[in-house]
Amino acid sequence: MTSPIEDAAATQSHLDEQSERPKRGPFDGLARRWDHLERWQQWGVLALVAALVYLLPVLNPPLITSEPSNDFPITCANMAIYALAALGLNAVVGQAGLLDLGYIGFFAVGAYVTALWTSTDSTFVKIPYLWTLPLAMIVTVFFGIILGLPTLRLRGDYLAIVTLGFGEIIRLLATIIPALRGQVGFQNVGAPPGTKSDGNPVFANSSGTPWYWLTVTIIILLMVLLGNIERSRAGRAWIAIREDEDAAEIMGVPTFKFKLWAFAIGAALGGLSGALFGGLNGFVNNQKFDVQTSMLFLAAVVLGGAGNKFGAVIGGALVAYLPLRFTGLAEYKFLIFGVILVVLMIFRPQGLFGARNHLLTYASRARRWLGEKTSGSGATAVPATEESSS
Amino acid sequence: MSSPASDQPEVRTPEASTAEGADRLGVEQPDAPPSLESEVAQVVAPDRDIEVAVGDNLVEIRDLTVTFGGLTALDHVTFDIRRGEILGLIGPNGAGKTTCFNAMTGVYKPSDGTVELEGNSLGGRKKHAITRLGLARTFQNIRLFGQMTALENVVVGLDARHKTSVPGAVFRTPRLRREEKSSIEHGMALLEFVGIVDKSDVLARNLPYGYQRRLEIARALATEPKLLCLDEPAAGFNPAEKDELMQLIRTIRDDGYTILLIEHDMRLVMGVTDRIVVLEFGKKIAEGTPQEIREDPKVIAAYLGEESDDGAA
Ligand SMILES: Nc1ncnc2c1ncn2[C@@H]1O[C@H](COP(=O)(O)OP(=O)(O)O)[C@@H](O)[C@H]1O
Ligand SMILES: [Mg+2]
Repeated sequence: MTSPIEDAAATQSHLDEQSERPKRGPFDGLARRWDHLERWQQWGVLALVAALVYLLPVLNPPLITSEPSNDFPITCANMAIYALAALGLNAVVGQAGLLDLGYIGFFAVGAYVTALWTSTDSTFVKIPYLWTLPLAMIVTVFFGIILGLPTLRLRGDYLAIVTLGFGEIIRLLATIIPALRGQVGFQNVGAPPGTKSDGNPVFANSSGTPWYWLTVTIIILLMVLLGNIERSRAGRAWIAIREDEDAAEIMGVPTFKFKLWAFAIGAALGGLSGALFGGLNGFVNNQKFDVQTSMLFLAAVVLGGAGNKFGAVIGGALVAYLPLRFTGLAEYKFLIFGVILVVLMIFRPQGLFGARNHLLTYASRARRWLGEKTSGSGATAVPATEESSS
Repeated sequence: MSSPASDQPEVRTPEASTAEGADRLGVEQPDAPPSLESEVAQVVAPDRDIEVAVGDNLVEIRDLTVTFGGLTALDHVTFDIRRGEILGLIGPNGAGKTTCFNAMTGVYKPSDGTVELEGNSLGGRKKHAITRLGLARTFQNIRLFGQMTALENVVVGLDARHKTSVPGAVFRTPRLRREEKSSIEHGMALLEFVGIVDKSDVLARNLPYGYQRRLEIARALATEPKLLCLDEPAAGFNPAEKDELMQLIRTIRDDGYTILLIEHDMRLVMGVTDRIVVLEFGKKIAEGTPQEIREDPKVIAAYLGEESDDGAA
């Protein structure tokens, strides 16, 4: 019994498979193979990758290293911090589809929180550096909600313009408000505790490795938590909003609430990365939080593949790495990233790692069940209408 | 991973379809044949209290008016939708049928008039709140979430009844696990009910056209609606496909749902509906049984004047 619909379906899906083929990029095969691995195998591969990632500044591989022009462990620490920022921006732009052009604002707020509560130049009460990490997140979430409440009711271009303004306002406030010390900035920003056997602090501004390890650990932890969110009602709501906001709302998705969540999560990670940035440099002033850096973060997310957290992390790391590795070209980094993005948009609009999110916790089980069912009884796709017609 | 036994409490009514749903994903009774008789009411909401009091008004629409600039797309339209019926909403192209849906579901703000669902006014409510009150719809121009699979699309609909938010997801609370598991069971059962379960893992944008239309119905059903509004669900189908779809719609009604059906094809509407409301230029020109509508001179005039572009649809 084949209905016309099913016949059409068979031909159509055949056509679809064919039309999909030419679009395959270098990492798609990898993504597909990854999907077919068992859960424990995936964990195994991840553990191996994690080990390599942790060892990166120690191995200091030739060709890859940014030395002699830039200390490689410091480069690694910067890569990790940018990766963390991109991870947060990915939740906003990649997942929920909210074009946030002022992400640097949250990064700046995080850095200033750390500076204000740990620097010797600040008149504030001093607290241990590590406490400023959650504090930075709380403060940026507060800023995120203040910014999000009115603006998330706007759509597309308006949101982009308002967030762009927010980023600039934060930078200007840092210049204008005397307590924020403008270009003079804050020296001696704090660091996590601990001294080495020779009496020097573990987290010195000259040693990137501990900062790198700290940030990578935070990234791994957050990726697990973000994965949990993706594979839940919230993650599905984000994708639905990105795909068709009105349809999502009509299907019962409280769109404003979940957009605000995405914004708050993005803000928190932006603030956290800013706080780490302040700690790593040991110095915070108003110079590094310009619109261009916002664009770099955005480029990182798009480069890696909007909506894919692994892609965003790789993208963030690349955006930090390339100018430090190829210092001769650093001046032209915006030109180069611009050209890369244009080329990417033409040949691979989904980004380097444009793999699809899995939005159901038990998706693998569902797929397995489906496989058994189609290969087994063969009794599929019989509309329940058949028996009621009698 | 929880054992199948510990999952039992969440299946509140041990109805055939839900028990079987659990069995699909667990390992119990691996060779029980997939049921083709799954009742959609049980599939969607095993614990739902199906109101069988057919006949009282589920939805009351009074003087509903929508204007676009100078154009009055809907002009003081008044009608009731009775519990358990299939009400046809017909009229020539541009008569205001879709506009009526949009005004009911909160997409357009009516400039006048009220819509009440079981006595609750829908005016001024958020779109998602209206959905949760029990009004679901499909779109004339299909609006699925293209980058999501068929199953994920349906689960977005099911999520309308779920409560877990971001904190629950981060810490993977028991409620989240329960909801996720029931999502897959109910989602799969719904896809099976509309006849597209074999493509549950395919991205919606890659689904064949007929499957997309059916997926829209499954996604709307997933929100556990009291009233299901279908906007030209058979548009673009050939006659055989249309008949199949009408059978599906009748089955949905037989399971206790109330349906508001927009359909351009007069023949089809006559066969499947209990009552019909006819719109022309934003005004209601007739209301009655298919028999009455067929003989109504105003309706005949409206459709005769439009006969020419009927073939193009
Ligand atoms: N968003 C809109 N803006 C302006 N005019 C609209 C809009 N939506 C519908 N209309 C107009 O309202 C009238 C009714 O349209 P519609 O409800 O889509 O008719 P149909 O009965 O074919 O579904 C048409 O004249 C259409 O052009
Ligand atoms: Mg219409």
